[in-house]
Amino acid sequence: MEQFHQTFFEESFEGLDIMENELLNLDVGNADNESINTIFRSAHSIKGGSGTFGFTAIAEFTHVAETLLDEMRDGIRQVDQASVDLLLKSVDVMRDMLTVYKEGGDMDADNIAAVQKELEDMLGAESTGSASTNSSDTVDGTASTGWEISFRPHIEMLRTGNDPVRMIKALAELGEINVVADINELPSFADLNPEDSFISWDITLTGDINKDDVVEVFDWVEDECDLDIKAISSNNDVTPDESASVATTAAATETTTTAAATTKQTTAKKGAGEAASIRVGIDKVDEIINLVGELVITQSMLGQIGSEIGSDEDHNSSRMEKLLEGLAQLERNTREIQESVMRIRMLPISFVFSRVPRLVHDLSNQLNKKVELVTLGEGTELDKTVMEKIGDPMVHLVRNALDHGIETPEQRIAAGKPETGTLTLNAYHKGGSIVIELSDDGAGINKERVLKKARANGLVGENESLPDDAINDLIFHPGLSTAETLSDVSGRGVGMDVVRKNIKSLGGSVRVDSVEGKGAIFTIQLPLTLAILDGQLVRVAEETFVVPLVSIIESIQVKSENLNAIAGKADLYKLRDEYIPVIRADHIFGMNNSCSSLNDRLMVVVEGDGKKAGIIVDDLLAQQQVVIKSLETNYQRVDGLSGATILGDGTVALILDIPGMIDMYKEKGAPVPPPEGSDSDIADEAA
Amino acid sequence: MTTPATELNSIIGAELDSDADQFLTFILGEEEYGVDILRVQEIKGWDSVTPIPNTPEYIKGVINLRGTIVPIVDLRQRFNMPEIEYGPITVVIVLKIECADRDRIMGIVVDGVSDVYDVPPEEMKDAPDFGSVVDTEFVRGLATVSEKMIIILDIDHLLSGRELQATDKLSD
Repeated sequence: MEQFHQTFFEESFEGLDIMENELLNLDVGNADNESINTIFRSAHSIKGGSGTFGFTAIAEFTHVAETLLDEMRDGIRQVDQASVDLLLKSVDVMRDMLTVYKEGGDMDADNIAAVQKELEDMLGAESTGSASTNSSDTVDGTASTGWEISFRPHIEMLRTGNDPVRMIKALAELGEINVVADINELPSFADLNPEDSFISWDITLTGDINKDDVVEVFDWVEDECDLDIKAISSNNDVTPDESASVATTAAATETTTTAAATTKQTTAKKGAGEAASIRVGIDKVDEIINLVGELVITQSMLGQIGSEIGSDEDHNSSRMEKLLEGLAQLERNTREIQESVMRIRMLPISFVFSRVPRLVHDLSNQLNKKVELVTLGEGTELDKTVMEKIGDPMVHLVRNALDHGIETPEQRIAAGKPETGTLTLNAYHKGGSIVIELSDDGAGINKERVLKKARANGLVGENESLPDDAINDLIFHPGLSTAETLSDVSGRGVGMDVVRKNIKSLGGSVRVDSVEGKGAIFTIQLPLTLAILDGQLVRVAEETFVVPLVSIIESIQVKSENLNAIAGKADLYKLRDEYIPVIRADHIFGMNNSCSSLNDRLMVVVEGDGKKAGIIVDDLLAQQQVVIKSLETNYQRVDGLSGATILGDGTVALILDIPGMIDMYKEKGAPVPPPEGSDSDIADEAA
Repeated sequence: MTTPATELNSIIGAELDSDADQFLTFILGEEEYGVDILRVQEIKGWDSVTPIPNTPEYIKGVINLRGTIVPIVDLRQRFNMPEIEYGPITVVIVLKIECADRDRIMGIVVDGVSDVYDVPPEEMKDAPDFGSVVDTEFVRGLATVSEKMIIILDIDHLLSGRELQATDKLSD
């Protein structure tokens, strides 16, 4: 049962996402029937599934929401802003309930009851025509002394696995039952297809029975049969349900279409249709990635042996040639397999972007601003792990843009801009990275205010002047919030630095460009995947390390005339017009190295966290793509290392964490060389 | 009544004793240590490792075990026993360690593997408290098999979280 639960949760969360999206896309007042049907179907399958698995709270709640949707679907209820908002709220409640069922915890019963009440009120309020017996689907429902049920299955109903006998048995449990079968449709035995359904039933059910219970029996087949349920004791022929419908239609026609759309979503052409997909656990994919990594190593080993033997003249040349050909083909195929496997983990960025419309909808209502959201490049793919971690920073940037960036309609009109602000999300690939741009046409960053605040906080000296870029960059500094009033949306000053920190931790960067009065653009650059990395292999003493290529600026040979020391301890290197600290990898890692003079050694100039440094290495080896493996899986995090990888010969090489090394260097100062390394030039210069 | 099968089993020493735990034993100096055989993933010859900087001496480094990075601990160094040259019978026992949050794979370097013994729980004796002379924290118990004492190790304790945190302090 457990595995079905898992699937149910996954599908339900997906269904909720669909509902949310469709609700946001609904053109209020002129709703597209197809969208409402989609929403209804999602709600219906969540209700069905949760009923099956015994999650009754969800089933009950969804049922009420579904009733509202049903009325919309049948056109007896106008789709207005209030009902869309309420349905969105219901989606949230359902999501919360699902999460509670999935992960345990307590349900917010008050909230659930409150939203359910709202739904019921809405259902009740507009169908006043039929007195208090408004709807068949409210919890108390309509009891009657009995029901007349006309049940006419469509011909294909049996093929969906629904058995009328079982339904009639279920009805019989509710009360006294009288069933009349109508076999007029039944063909002669020769023509009879046993998989088709020909019989109809007229059922009379007597007893004090709730209509809900009767309807529930037919829950799964309501689309596959003609069903008519009538109360026996009803004075008039119409069921309460139908009279309600009439009243609602009347009420609905009165309310003219209100253009209350404060938020509209313009989605640039969606990528080529939804491709068929299967659901696979991420661990299985990772296992394949690991195995393919192994395959690549084996292949490169074979290739090496092959080329060694190939250079040997003694061998039978024609067979040798064939072998080498085969090896070359193996190499091509392996590379292609690796690429396709890596692609499995890649998902379109729309998974992140899809969270935004709802956010914009809610926030613009809350802030009384008018915002149009434009999303571009939704099909741009990136690794699932990166995707999971970029969601929160994105949300924060959107909040920030809406709260601080885009002005209120009055301010915008005063500034000569259109009343509705535009927030644009754009994603595209650039080299080995993905770039996400978030731009708004709001007020931009008020540089004066940022500078004033920075001066007040002592971040910038009183008379120090900064270039515009540097001022804009200050907003990423912890503790700087320039919002005049603190709101619960953003403005606590803890956000932007966290955004930058999170993006940095993914190996990416974020920067802001702003023109005052015109708007701001936040540009996030991220690696496409966390699983592989372009690395420069370097040798330090006897060991091979990997330096991420993105952090390398250049590699140079140390010239002693450019070396300077501070207090005889820290080495500084004059690189053109700036001084950079010199980090000795062997010292920082406590390794013995026979070669201790800095002169003529190789230095890799790197940048980490915006700080430059030179790392002294003994040799530069090949550049290659490496598969990143965590040291934490079986061991723990190690300072100065971001992971490990397996090289072509099967040995392990450690990957350097450049910002971490720079921090280590700063904390430890320049560590004292191990006693074996005697004549370092640090000692020389101190003497 | 002895059936031929049980007779045969008793001859080859493989009688089904559901209560007895099986232990793989290995040699460290003059002593024989045992670990729960269900935790043993594999036994492999010593091969070169990639040292991890700024870790305690007894963490020899990491190896590539079919695509997984596995840390290797030298048990002699861990127990402060005199070091010996690694030779042809020096082996690495790859063990599954159950930590609080997840399982880890780690290897231990020992002088050589010895045997597999059944030890019924009632034959397992608690280790006496040696005070500060010998740290018995990692000893699950003592067992006697054919007049020999076997020290049964608590590997989870020996190689798990707290130990690793101790290495954290060293590297800081």
